[in-house]
Amino acid sequence: MPRKVAADSARAALRDEMPGSVVPAVELRGVDKRFGRVHANRDVSLAVARGAIHGLVGENGAGKSTLMSILYGFYRADRGEIRVDGRPVAIEDSEDAIAAGIGMVHQHFMLVDTFSVVENMVLGAEGGALLASGMSRARRVLERLARDYALEVPPDARVGDLSVGVQQRVEILKALFRGAEILILDEPTGALTPQEAEHLFRILRRLKAQGKTIILITHKLREVMEVSDRVSVMREGAMVAHRDTARTSIPELAELMVGRRVLLRVEKGEARPGRNLLAVETLSVRDERGTTRVREVSFTVREGEIVGIAGVSGNGQSELLEALAGLRPAFAGHILLRGRPLGEGSGARRSEGLAHVPEDRRRMGLVLPFEVRESAILGYHDDPRYRSAGRLDWASVSRDTEEKMRAFDVRPPDPRRITASLSGGNQQKLVLAREMERDPSVLVVGQPTRGVDIGAIEFIHRRLVAMRDAGKAVLLVSAELDEIMGLCDRILVMFNGRIVGEVPAGAASERELGLLMAGAGARSRALRAP
Amino acid sequence: MESLTLLVLVLDSTLRLSAPLILAALAGLFSERAGIIDIGLEGKMLGAAFAAAATAALTGSPWAGLAAGIAASVLLALVHGYACITHRGNQVVSGVALNILVSGLSAVLGVAWFAEGGRTPQLPGEARFLPLEWPGADALRDVPGLGALYGELLSGHNLIVYIAFLAVPAAAFVLYRTRFGLRLRAAGENPESADTAGIAVSGLRYRALLCTGVACGLAGTYLSLAQSAGFIRDMSAGKGFIALAALIFGKWKPVPAMFACLLFGFLEAVAIRLQGAEVPGVGEVPVQFVQALPYVLTVVLLAGFIGRAIPPRALGVPYVKER
Repeated sequence: MPRKVAADSARAALRDEMPGSVVPAVELRGVDKRFGRVHANRDVSLAVARGAIHGLVGENGAGKSTLMSILYGFYRADRGEIRVDGRPVAIEDSEDAIAAGIGMVHQHFMLVDTFSVVENMVLGAEGGALLASGMSRARRVLERLARDYALEVPPDARVGDLSVGVQQRVEILKALFRGAEILILDEPTGALTPQEAEHLFRILRRLKAQGKTIILITHKLREVMEVSDRVSVMREGAMVAHRDTARTSIPELAELMVGRRVLLRVEKGEARPGRNLLAVETLSVRDERGTTRVREVSFTVREGEIVGIAGVSGNGQSELLEALAGLRPAFAGHILLRGRPLGEGSGARRSEGLAHVPEDRRRMGLVLPFEVRESAILGYHDDPRYRSAGRLDWASVSRDTEEKMRAFDVRPPDPRRITASLSGGNQQKLVLAREMERDPSVLVVGQPTRGVDIGAIEFIHRRLVAMRDAGKAVLLVSAELDEIMGLCDRILVMFNGRIVGEVPAGAASERELGLLMAGAGARSRALRAP
Repeated sequence: MESLTLLVLVLDSTLRLSAPLILAALAGLFSERAGIIDIGLEGKMLGAAFAAAATAALTGSPWAGLAAGIAASVLLALVHGYACITHRGNQVVSGVALNILVSGLSAVLGVAWFAEGGRTPQLPGEARFLPLEWPGADALRDVPGLGALYGELLSGHNLIVYIAFLAVPAAAFVLYRTRFGLRLRAAGENPESADTAGIAVSGLRYRALLCTGVACGLAGTYLSLAQSAGFIRDMSAGKGFIALAALIFGKWKPVPAMFACLLFGFLEAVAIRLQGAEVPGVGEVPVQFVQALPYVLTVVLLAGFIGRAIPPRALGVPYVKER
């Protein structure tokens, strides 16, 4: 009964650490929530002190977001109690949460793109049947908040035209406009550049200085260590530990999250790059609307190296990946493998030895309602091994799929399961198994660990390094700067469709990469491969 | 002078023919800006036209007819809402089903109640909405220019025509200047954002459909109590779909949608004028061809000339709160 023990010890720890004199700003007691057969929250308790930044960490599916959605009235708990300032409150919907002084900044912003900043702020708090007075009040509040908290935003801009970082400020302003004293932020730095994240942390520290209470949900342990006062760790729906940030460390938190020791640094030896395998020459790619998304990009990837492409998402990386994979035509330029132009279409490219792990496994990598063995042969169903007498030989497909699943630790290794029933990490490992087990000479991989648990991340990184060490070329596109810096031998930075810089991995600093990603300092570095 | 009179006459009938389109387009606007596809404008108009004519025939009062027309249309809108909001049904299927239902039901009830082959009895003048003469219209009639403008174009329409044109700024005001309008637009663009802001999306969408029902009820009543003197089978004759086209043409905005309706009304007015007319070099144009013109133009306009119309983002997507 390890889970029960964990929950009990967490409760005991909580009792010990809450002296009676200080009333926490928010307290959740014994919260329990099930979605059908999934037990999302198991008797979870959490106390957050006033005027503190409290980190809530855990793997995907650990129940952090569910817990906070309960606090914000999006879901209703099956059991448990919520107290604000020591008083029990009934939170049935978001309106109740707002009335209790709780504001939430969701991971996917809850903004109306076609509305102006001010319209978004007043939505739900208009202060009367006509908009005029509420809008002018919002404008005044906006000016004051911008002064007090470094929350500058243009009041009349259309929200859809603003950058992600500014949109996030609008979300924070929305919550403050409603009088939020307790602010929940769900994975707030997921889509931000390092500079934008820094700006956000400055805002959070100022809010804290003004006595606001902040709950920060994240899986980025470095950020929790940097900005929080206390950390709570969740695993498999239960609260497993509470720590003062000053008295814990990233390895300890990671171990608490996963339940075993994890290797955070990718262990890899020196790269021994050989001949050029993949060469991209002045490649331009247009999207469906005819907008040029990739502009005259040139680079090479050699045998035995991992080249990373860093950049804020939406700067042409996706289109570049798709063009390399043969899913999108090149508008101009060439893609060469061992000096010879590649065939058209993803099928041709696969058979020539260029495998592709798409960025979005759910939309492009897998067919979720398919059985795992059906998903596992997508794109390779013409393989003679899978055929007998002109039909698919399902026995052979099953055998082969099970082998792949075991090799890539896809759990459970049952080829007849429905793909959608696998966890995100296992789905991703399935895609990687399909593409990597064919022994391609070039692997083009997008966001290999997006939404994947720490344990699976470790495994995936090891496999990518093993592939490199076997003399293959790997091109990696990732939004996670840590991943790029830890895994790659060379780093290219994309901004606005161009490669604006190249940095050898050893010499890369986060600050420098961040500036390049934000478009500053473009053209300040040599663009050619060494 | 001859051609000026002709122009005034065409514009005059443009206003009359546009009025039901405008009301129906505004009806669709409320529904679609809240995120609910309303392909059932046609059915609601037809249902309102039948209810209004039947009630006016029985009571002799146009006001009772109007009330019945609006009630019928609101009821149909709520049925649509029950299927699409409460039960998250497919909005296109529900709308089409309502259209078919009303088309059949009005004919059946018409035959059963009035035994005139699906028609309602011819209504006398006092059971209809008649043209309202503005003060001094007669006196100004002979003044050149002004007489035509005031006496013909502005004066002499029935009440619902005036309501239709006043409804356009009213709808724009509600949509852009009121709390209800802001929330309605939010529900159609990003219902999650409305929900997290503490707004009940379902309730809001139902209220939007109430507005749709009222506007469509006016449009339908206009057909049977103002434009005609009674109900005829399938008398809405595609006007609901034209209104929907005008709504898209007008990019889901009240004033542009009104201009789109005026354009379609103008085409219809011209088509009526052209019936039986000799076109130089061609001869008499077949009636069917002329009648098809507005529809042909609709297709052409929608296919190429309006640019990209961006619908409300959550249009047609049922809002599911708890997965």
